[in-house]
Amino acid sequence: MPLAKMVTSVPVVVNADACIAHKGCTVCVDVCPLDVLAVDMAEGTAYMKYDECWYCLPCEADCPTNAITVNIPYLLR
Amino acid sequence: MTQTATDTTVLETDILVIGGGTAGPMAAVKAKQKNPKLRVTLLEKANVKRSGAISMGMDGLNNAVIPGHATPEQYVKEITIANDGIVNQKTVMAYAQRSFDMINLLDDWGVKFEKDETGDYNVKKVHHMGTYVLPMPEGHHMKKILYRQLRRHRVQVVNRYMATRLYTGKDGRIAGASLLNPRTAEVATVKAKTVILCTGAAGRLGLPSSGYLFGTYENPTNAGDGYSMAYHAGAELSGIECYQINPLIKDYNGPACAYVTGPMGGYTANAHGNRFIECDYWSGQMMLEFYRELEGGKGPVFLKLDHLADETVQEIEEILHSNERPSRGRFHERRNTNYREKMVEMHISEIGLCSGHSASGVWVDENARTTTPGLYAAGDLGSVPHNYMLGAFVYGALAGEDASDYCAGHDFASISDDDIHAEQQRILAPLNKSDGVSPYQMEYKIRRMVNDYLQPPKVTRKMEIGLERFKEIREDLPMLYAQDPHELMRANELQFILDCAEMAAHASLYRTESRWGLYHYRVDYPDTNNDEWFCHVQTVKGDSGAPECFKREIDPYIVELDDEEKDAYNKLRVASTN
Repeated sequence: MPLAKMVTSVPVVVNADACIAHKGCTVCVDVCPLDVLAVDMAEGTAYMKYDECWYCLPCEADCPTNAITVNIPYLLR
Repeated sequence: MTQTATDTTVLETDILVIGGGTAGPMAAVKAKQKNPKLRVTLLEKANVKRSGAISMGMDGLNNAVIPGHATPEQYVKEITIANDGIVNQKTVMAYAQRSFDMINLLDDWGVKFEKDETGDYNVKKVHHMGTYVLPMPEGHHMKKILYRQLRRHRVQVVNRYMATRLYTGKDGRIAGASLLNPRTAEVATVKAKTVILCTGAAGRLGLPSSGYLFGTYENPTNAGDGYSMAYHAGAELSGIECYQINPLIKDYNGPACAYVTGPMGGYTANAHGNRFIECDYWSGQMMLEFYRELEGGKGPVFLKLDHLADETVQEIEEILHSNERPSRGRFHERRNTNYREKMVEMHISEIGLCSGHSASGVWVDENARTTTPGLYAAGDLGSVPHNYMLGAFVYGALAGEDASDYCAGHDFASISDDDIHAEQQRILAPLNKSDGVSPYQMEYKIRRMVNDYLQPPKVTRKMEIGLERFKEIREDLPMLYAQDPHELMRANELQFILDCAEMAAHASLYRTESRWGLYHYRVDYPDTNNDEWFCHVQTVKGDSGAPECFKREIDPYIVELDDEEKDAYNKLRVASTN
């Protein structure tokens, strides 16, 4: 069955200037209950890879540099 | 295309606890305390630091049985009546008798409960009859406190592995579990003398009205894993037709939350700002009145706080915006909803299975034992009605202690290589393809059908059609395609969801009466029929491979009810709003 490539807007925003994933930090990736965050190796920052957010906030609360903002997913706003 | 092969790696542990949310950490700690020599492994699909229903903490205890405020006997009565009589009272009593000790243990561990000026617990009234709600305004530290205890007791923690099935030996005894790593797609086998399932509710069963797959009431990582695994391991499930349906903030889909606001003067109101229910405690009867008001001319339903003093609202905001679902505040902000100025629109949640809130679970006795030897269930998964967080802790403790004793008398049951091979092929199949149907499409379809055909009011013919649709989706499973290990996790989870959907339909069709208010409101059998249905409905995997149901008698009550009390939860509507 053929596949499509579709784009969705995701609620977790990472401030690239503040994120220290390039220094090896993976706190937000570690604590996400849904495992939706990942580190972009090329950019050296964390990002939301899968549109499966429960807007529960551990990533934002535990980030050591306050680099993360969790918005309410668009469909729910 | 990712190449994956089956694996013969076999790990070994005495006690395997699956699920590191609430009940799981307590089970692991208590098993270690009982016998420090045992190897206790706590398996978690996410990370125990922030997993489960209480990842951001909890704002209070909903069912604290504290001397001077309530007795275990009163609590057993309250829950028996709230659950329309269908309870194994021994299991509720086992909780109630350990409730106070558990509160004191958590207090010792550093959980901050609300206390009065003399240092006594400051208990509030929310239930219809008794007084059981103990606020925890600083409850957001709960997971940190549990994590400290796991370290202290040297529990082996394995994060980011999901269990997919349980293995049983030839004699039906539990033998271990099959695991999948959702980041690497590595598969593994754990041999265990005993397994304690603490995998939470089936929270991804119905589709939220927003249509967002992960905008559920429950933490959506709880996909019904334990319901499905216990079912395939031959265990009895109970009360599956007694769905979980909760009153929520519309669209946000989180609790409003009446237990916090109620004691401070907030209440559930209709569009006219009038109270229509006597009591905001979550029961099926309350939900039926909520549903009627929501759908009626005075609907929809709101949480009313705009009559409260500014400092009271501020206190409510501080609790609601820092605990359990702290993103509530930013949701309101975007819609310009200020508790002081207008009422908050409410709605009802999608359906789910959960004993913590209603009564749908894996059947357990007063020691948390399931009907499969060596298998335990605790927390939202174990069939102890209205058990909430404190019940999860108590039943986690009971399971951990009993499992510890069980290990003394049992060796490992053997797992057949054929079983391991077949299971690993099953788990990995969606990854070993180059195209197909995505797990999101298939999950969406199952859950949309759950809404269309299973959501109350329940109608016989609709549920039968639902089963036909589920059967067709089951035939589609070979088309499932996962692009990466993460999607493979979702592909496996949707098979849990499909099992739960079929069980929910079968159990609901079997009980040909209405009971528990909205939870099992059958339009074509609108009355409660105590002559035929004053019993548990059990669901097991039948010989055909499909769910089969049967009646289980209710054990004689250990706390008798007065005739007058029996009806208390059927009189929830405020008389003037009829």
